[in-house]
Amino acid sequence: MSLKSKLESGKFAITCEVGPLKGTDITEVEEAAALLKDKVDAANVTDQQSSVMRLGSLATSGILINKGLEPIYQMTCRDRNRIALQSDLLSAWVMGIRNVLALTGDLPALGDHPAAKPVYDLDSVTLLHAIGRLNAGFDIAGNELKGKPAFFAGAVVKVDSDTEASMELQIAKLERKVAAGAKFIQTQAVYSADSFGKFMKRVAKLKVPVLAGVIPLKSAGMARFMNKNVSGVLVPEELIEKMADAEDKTATGIQICADLIKKLKPLCQGVHIMAIGWEKKVPSIIQAAGL
Amino acid sequence: MKSITRQKSPEDIQQGLSGLDRVFIVGCGTCTTMTHTGGIDEVVAMKERLQEQGKRVTGFTVIPTACDDMTELAMKENGPAISSADCILSMSCALGVHRMNLYIGKPIIPAVDTLFIGIEDSPGYFREACAQCGQCLLGETAGICPITACHKGLVNGPCGGTNNGRCEVDKEKDCAWTLIYNRLKEQDRLDLMRKYQPPRNHHVTLAPRSLRIQ
Repeated sequence: MSLKSKLESGKFAITCEVGPLKGTDITEVEEAAALLKDKVDAANVTDQQSSVMRLGSLATSGILINKGLEPIYQMTCRDRNRIALQSDLLSAWVMGIRNVLALTGDLPALGDHPAAKPVYDLDSVTLLHAIGRLNAGFDIAGNELKGKPAFFAGAVVKVDSDTEASMELQIAKLERKVAAGAKFIQTQAVYSADSFGKFMKRVAKLKVPVLAGVIPLKSAGMARFMNKNVSGVLVPEELIEKMADAEDKTATGIQICADLIKKLKPLCQGVHIMAIGWEKKVPSIIQAAGL
Repeated sequence: MKSITRQKSPEDIQQGLSGLDRVFIVGCGTCTTMTHTGGIDEVVAMKERLQEQGKRVTGFTVIPTACDDMTELAMKENGPAISSADCILSMSCALGVHRMNLYIGKPIIPAVDTLFIGIEDSPGYFREACAQCGQCLLGETAGICPITACHKGLVNGPCGGTNNGRCEVDKEKDCAWTLIYNRLKEQDRLDLMRKYQPPRNHHVTLAPRSLRIQ
C-alpha cells in the first residue's frame, strides 16, 4: 500500500530516512533499501543534507524505486531556481516518484561549500504551491502541461520551540504550508510525548496527517550535541542520564526510541524514524515499538 | 543610507596594481570617509604604503561625493597629475569607479570592495537595509525587510533554524521573522503572518537595471 493510501485510509504509517553519500558508490543505499523495503511504508531521500554536496535525491529516489522501496523525494529551495525545481518535479514524476517533501533547505554557509550562491528563488510554501499547480496541469507561469503529475506533497514542522514567538511562527508557517497544498507533515525530532500532544492539539484544526519525527539516541554526547546545536531538538536530561549510565548503549538507545514511539502513536498518524547512520537498526526499533 | 565598503587586503591591492607604477589616488568624502575605508586619513596612509612599496604616487584627492557630477570637476582639476599616472586607485565605492569611468580612459583599480547599501544602527555598526528588489514588502512586515534581514530572504515566514530568537547561521543575529512577529503583534496585525506571498519577481526591470525619469 502506498504512503498516500495508508495515510488517507487512516492507518499508522512508518517512514524513515536514507541519506545519499558523497560519490558514486551506491552500495550502502542499495543495502539500506533492501533491508527497509518491507519494514517501512516509505523512505525520505535527503537533498544535499546540511548543505553538504553529495549524490542527488532524484537519482537516489530512483534507486529506491528499483529496489522496491517507495521514496519520499526531498526537495530544498537552496540550489535551484523555479525553472529547475519544476523541471526536476516533472522528471521525478516520470521516474515513478510519487511523494515530495518540500523544504527551504539549510544555508550553504553551514555546509562544505560555504561560498556557494544560495538560491531560495522559491521557499517551502511557494514550492508547495508550485507542486499544486503542476498537479493541476500548469506551471507556475500559467502555461499548460502536456501530461500532468499527481504528487503527494508533504512538509515539515518543528514541534518544540524555545520562545513563544518561535512557536507561533512555526504554527503560522505550517498553516501557510497546508493552505499551499501540504497533504502530510513530518516533524523535527521529538522526545517528549507531552509537548508533542500539546502541539497536536494546536494543529488538529488543519486536518492533515502528522508523522512524529524520532531520532534514536546513540550516546549521551549525541543528545547533548543536538540540544546545543540542532534547532527545535530538546532531549530531556533524564534520557541523557539514562544513555550515560547504560552499559549497552545501542540496546538502550533503541529501547528509548521504541518506548517514545509507543507513547506518540495514539497522538498522531505515523512515525518518521531518522536513524542518522543507524538505518540498519530501524527494523529493531519498529519491532521493539510493536508496530 | 550609505554604500558600505571594506578595504581590500594590501596583497590584493598590490596585485591589482602590478605593472602600474605611477598611481593617482582618489578617495570619497561621503561613504568611504564614514566607514574609514577611503577618507582623507586612509588616502594619505595608502599613499605612504604605496611609496614604501616603490610606487610613484603622482597625486591624490578626496572628492566630496565621488558618485555625483563633482567627480568630473575633480578629474579636470587634477588633470596633469592624472595624466602622468598609469592608473587611478579608487578608494571610493564602486559607484565612484563607475563615475570616474565616464571621464577617464585610464585603468581605475578599486582599493575597496562594495559590500551593501546600509545604515548605521549604532556607532560603527552597519547593517544592510535594502536590497533594492523593486517590490517593497515593508508595509506587510512591520518595517523589517525579510529580504535583507533573513539570511535566506524568506518572505513566507521563518525556516526551522531559530534558536531563542537568534539565527542558527549567526548566533549574534536576531531571526528576522521573530522581529517581524514581535512588531506585528505590537501593531495588532498578526493576520499578516498567514498571508501567502507569491514567488518574487526577479524581472521587475531587466538586469542590469535602469530607469529613465521623464
